[in-house]
Amino acid sequence: MVDSFACSFRATELDARRGIVSVVERLKEMGIPNTRVDEVQIALAEAVNNVVEHAYAETATGDVLIRCNLHPDRLWVEIRDAGAPFPASKLPEGRAVDVNTDTPLEDLPEGGFGWFLIRELTSDIQYQRNMDNNQLSLCFEIQLTN
Amino acid sequence: MSLTSTEADGAQVVTVNAQRIDAAMAIQFKEDMRTETEAGPKRVILDLSRVDFIDSSGLGAIVAAMKQLGKERKLDLAGLTPMVDKVFRLTRMDTVFNLYDTLQDALDPEHVEN
Repeated sequence: MVDSFACSFRATELDARRGIVSVVERLKEMGIPNTRVDEVQIALAEAVNNVVEHAYAETATGDVLIRCNLHPDRLWVEIRDAGAPFPASKLPEGRAVDVNTDTPLEDLPEGGFGWFLIRELTSDIQYQRNMDNNQLSLCFEIQLTN
Repeated sequence: MSLTSTEADGAQVVTVNAQRIDAAMAIQFKEDMRTETEAGPKRVILDLSRVDFIDSSGLGAIVAAMKQLGKERKLDLAGLTPMVDKVFRLTRMDTVFNLYDTLQDALDPEHVEN
């Protein structure tokens, strides 16, 4: 059996925060362990931030639609928006940022962590550009507690 | 203001009074850090014990706050909650900052790293 829910919100930073928090609450109610929901939240927040900052950067702000489908052993989180496609319709690589204790202060990165986090925390990612919207799906393996 | 600031043992302790340092908060956080740390002790300890979520924008804002301090001063982080700790470790930014479990540890001479 698949347990599903969906929600949508305007693609602004504050509405995104509220939307992410509400999705997180629902995932906890579904019995996904809190530490796993934490990881879903980190990846989901990065994906939604990208929509707010990039997909709707050049167009009028629209909505973000999130649908969660919980299967017995995995969770698919689908994020849809009506903004611009990814450059060249390809997902960013999200390479690890190269830092260590010797990295000079001025060379420390202040960004570029988002896609790295998404790729680290998911077991599968699918992206589809439809006629006028983006559909990004993130998969997380899940062991239910109840 | 998202921050409050005190001095302890010659260090400035800046406490973040927000649950989330996310995209909606990052710019304000960076500006507030600039105001709070414009002048003051060489060592600044950022107390993150009330923050339960950080995203890449928040992480970038903390890096920016450290850069604002310049080479003569340093930013240490204390009280990382589980999700904040996870983001620092996943992105390897835990190698860039001194991290302390609690503010008390950050102030304890036995724990302090240079």
